[in-house]
Amino acid sequence: MEDKIPKIPKEYNSVVEVKGPLIVVEGVKGVMYGEVADIKSGDGKILHGQVLDAMENLAVIQVFEGTSGLDTKNTSIKFLGETMKLDVNFDMLGRIFDGAGRPIDGKGPIIPEKRIDINGLPMNPSARQFPRDFVQTGISTIDGMNTLVRGQKLPIFSGSGLTHNRLAAQIAKQAKVLGEGESFAVVFAAMGITAEEAHFFKSEFESSGALQKIVMFQNLADDPAIERIITPRLALTTAEYLAFEKDMHILVILTDMTNYCNALREISAAREEVPGRRGYPGYMYTDLSTIYERAGRIIGKKGTVTQIPILTMPDDDITHPIPDLTGYITEGQIVLGRGLHMKGIYPPIDVLPCLSRLMNQGIGEGKTREDHKEVADQAYALYAEGRDLRDLVAVVGEEALSPRDKLVLTFANVFENEFVAQGYDDDRKIAGDMSHGLDTSTTLDKLWYLLSILPKNELIRIKEKTLQKYYPPEDKRWKPKDKEGVGQSGEALDMTIEG
Amino acid sequence: MEKEENYGKITRIAGPLVEANGMKGHKMYEVVKVGDLGLIGEIIKIIRDVASIQVYEDTSGLTPGERVEGTGHLLSVELGPGVLKSIYDGIQRPLELIKKKSGDFIARGINVPPIDKQKVWDFITKVKEGDNVEQGDIIGDVQETDLIVNKIMIPVGIEGKIENIYSGKHRVEDTVCVVRDKNNRLHDVKMMQIWPVREPRPYVRKLPPEIPLKTGQRIFDTAFPIAKGGTAAIPGPFGSGKTVSQHQLAKWCDAEVIVYVGCGERGNEMTEVLEEFPHLIDPYSGKPLMERTTMIANTSNMPVAAREASVYTGVTLAEYYRDMGYNTAMMADSTSRWAEAMREISGRLEEMPGEEGYPAYLASKVAAFYERAGMVEIFGKDGKNKNRISSVSVIGAVSPPGGDFSEPVTQNTLRVTRVFWALDARLAHRRHFPSINWMTSYSLYEKLPEWFNNNVNKNWVANRKKAMELMHKEAELQEIVQLVGKDALAEKEKMVLEITRLIREAILQQNAFDDVDSYCPLKKQYDMLYIILHLHDKLERCIANGNTIEEIFKKVEGLADIMTSRIARLKYSPLKEECDEGGRLKGKTKDKILGQIKDGSLKYFDDAYKDIFAVVEKIK
Repeated sequence: MEDKIPKIPKEYNSVVEVKGPLIVVEGVKGVMYGEVADIKSGDGKILHGQVLDAMENLAVIQVFEGTSGLDTKNTSIKFLGETMKLDVNFDMLGRIFDGAGRPIDGKGPIIPEKRIDINGLPMNPSARQFPRDFVQTGISTIDGMNTLVRGQKLPIFSGSGLTHNRLAAQIAKQAKVLGEGESFAVVFAAMGITAEEAHFFKSEFESSGALQKIVMFQNLADDPAIERIITPRLALTTAEYLAFEKDMHILVILTDMTNYCNALREISAAREEVPGRRGYPGYMYTDLSTIYERAGRIIGKKGTVTQIPILTMPDDDITHPIPDLTGYITEGQIVLGRGLHMKGIYPPIDVLPCLSRLMNQGIGEGKTREDHKEVADQAYALYAEGRDLRDLVAVVGEEALSPRDKLVLTFANVFENEFVAQGYDDDRKIAGDMSHGLDTSTTLDKLWYLLSILPKNELIRIKEKTLQKYYPPEDKRWKPKDKEGVGQSGEALDMTIEG
Repeated sequence: MEKEENYGKITRIAGPLVEANGMKGHKMYEVVKVGDLGLIGEIIKIIRDVASIQVYEDTSGLTPGERVEGTGHLLSVELGPGVLKSIYDGIQRPLELIKKKSGDFIARGINVPPIDKQKVWDFITKVKEGDNVEQGDIIGDVQETDLIVNKIMIPVGIEGKIENIYSGKHRVEDTVCVVRDKNNRLHDVKMMQIWPVREPRPYVRKLPPEIPLKTGQRIFDTAFPIAKGGTAAIPGPFGSGKTVSQHQLAKWCDAEVIVYVGCGERGNEMTEVLEEFPHLIDPYSGKPLMERTTMIANTSNMPVAAREASVYTGVTLAEYYRDMGYNTAMMADSTSRWAEAMREISGRLEEMPGEEGYPAYLASKVAAFYERAGMVEIFGKDGKNKNRISSVSVIGAVSPPGGDFSEPVTQNTLRVTRVFWALDARLAHRRHFPSINWMTSYSLYEKLPEWFNNNVNKNWVANRKKAMELMHKEAELQEIVQLVGKDALAEKEKMVLEITRLIREAILQQNAFDDVDSYCPLKKQYDMLYIILHLHDKLERCIANGNTIEEIFKKVEGLADIMTSRIARLKYSPLKEECDEGGRLKGKTKDKILGQIKDGSLKYFDDAYKDIFAVVEKIK
């Protein structure tokens, strides 16, 4: 960003209003929009703020630490003559910072190689390179059905009490691009999560020996709420620096965006702005996009920024403004389902509302395997049909189903138990080596195995040629086990397959 | 010499809105340069000498007291050769040039010309000295891209006799023609024109749209067609396929010029178009699609005010090519972001909010925007060609919060658009794409079916009607099934469900990512529907004669096979005329199709169709 001639910091004692997270200062001159300020309270505490509204002799400042203890007599404001910047350095890897970017790991300050404006600049669409590199997360429902690619922004939509943190940690540990040993790092931004959750992430990263490859920004639940506005921006500034100047592949995990949005709402309410849906400001879409759009690849640059923001949907409502606006900006979403969680399935990814918009470009021959899209589509269609049938069975009973419908229902059940469910340490490969036949520990072959519940000609979303090559031979097909709930219809099933 | 009194001074900065005093004499919607960086802004409110300015760039770092300079002109676009194949931001700054100047990220205060002023074009005259000309007359041609000839027009408001005309190589700002009007004044005509974006370009008269905009998409052409010069809305929640639908339309519709506006959407989506279009071949002309396309990319993280301007910039470019006589189509993805930009600016202006915080003028702005579409008679003549007719079609995506169509932007859009393609998240979840709900969508262009009857097959309308009746019947039957199970249905009704499943899988679903199915010619659309309906008629008669479905399946060899898979796979078979002699899909370099046809895993459409027809004929 263009630097102006640094001004001599000016100090004012003319605070006229303190309300919510905002203070209003009078009699100021030459205050920039977006300028940062140090605020000294009567008892000598130093707080930090940023100008939200700059007028000829009046400035409105949001105070990140909250306005508790400020008054209109003894508070003094020092404008620092620049917009908010972050000191960056390659040594940030392995360090832990608070939500405002100050080191909290006792290893001393960062010696700045560069100072970068934390708001960044919009990436030029014609400088972007379309993301196409498959990232193997080792999680079947993501790799197989909602593939993540480098440079994508793929959020996890969760609910309170679901296992999104475990999932995010598992992805961070397992994510890799096949056949490459490039430098990879995680930038982790916590906004308003509990100390316990933060500890979980830290110890997970530690135990996998990855802590040296991680930059953590922590704004915990008891840290100042307004500070959350800048935490993700600090993380993304660091990520962009590491990716586009140090050629690293960066995975950014932002959790929990719901807390970020609530901080945004708090400021908007304090400014008495016209509220949009559910009290969130009308510009929340624009604001969120300035975070989420900071993912991607650039033509001619080696590094990439991939984002996995996590948000908890209030009351599991996907139409709530936070998931809604997020979904409109991000390139798909991974949705966790309470129903699956209750059944004890981990990760409880409900694939039906999930989507990865960049999947088609990241899969197929030379990336994953030629049959990937077709199997995924077929599995989706069958699972959706099976879920509908499950509702139907609840009304009319299983006996009313046609033989084919029974098979589809079986597929849906087995799909959840064998494909969706996997262990926390289960790092599944995307596909095995076909020369050895099906390897059902891999994601795609597992799908083929499950699809063989249905006869070949029922798999209409798969082309003839693919079926010929991949449909499992007789002895490798799925067979009903006695313990399966659908066992009693096993005989009938076999007959239909033969017929 | 700079005169100090011409400058205003910033008095307030709040987000994208800046107030400045000392602005007396500046017009509403005048473009101004704000601050020391010269950020581009537009005046949107004036009280005495204080102007409110929406700034098209990030305002961080501006300080009250910095100067504001008027430019004297309204927010305008430059029109001339060089617009096609470009990618612009919301106020027509070319992103390629910005990249050259400021690198991979868009810095502020960058001033770059929309059209390359140095590039030399070959101007071929079509009129001669002494000819009488009026506005809109074509005076010469410039080959703008391989596909499109830019027809240089006499600008609006000029009429007279040609004094001089200069054939040959020129830059866009060179005078290529001098016109002497009846008051003996001389007018220099250049290849480039300037036009204010908020003002519709004039035309002689509007005509009712009667010709379909062919799209190659079955759900559009067969079920809910849009006319050339028509308007359509595609509302849908996220993940329901708005953008893919818009991309498919931009790729395959038979407009001659496409303006694609990415308004407040994802950066990667624009990149996808940029990377893909130069390699895709237009089925109508055989040339790369990029040759007929211009793009406006104001992604969601780019300044919000420029997003507001982007749809106007887009439609003005579309009107410019319409005035040359081209059928143009504009895709706006998404108009909700445009409306939200209006809401944001309105909020900052502290205007009284209407519904859901949107300004009270939302409805009129939306209506006025879609009214810029239409089939029109344009001004002027092109050689001997008079009373020329061309069109601008507008297809707007709408992103309703939570997928709730009752919100103001969707409702105001539906009031003015004639075609409604309703995207449905439930269909998307089961990977039914395009996930357009056939029960709630509609097309109000009543003359279009006639065109299909006259130009494709005389039974087009009858077949479409029959198919839609079956789909309605299915919806009723599904309700019964949900209550009492499939067994309770009569044989005939079970058969209807089988047929409608085929209609859904074979006709309504279309695979945008398959080389063949991505574009479906009208003839193929007709044949595919016909074979399914023919099968229905046969089965119906057979059941009326007392046979059960199971009996028919047993009797007719191959019937089960065609009904479970072969009809649904017809879509992947190309027409012979879509392939070259070697069996490759025309225009595609990949020889996948060739290989599949050679090894017998794929048949040409006509052969596959014949095989299926033979099986259907066996039903007695």
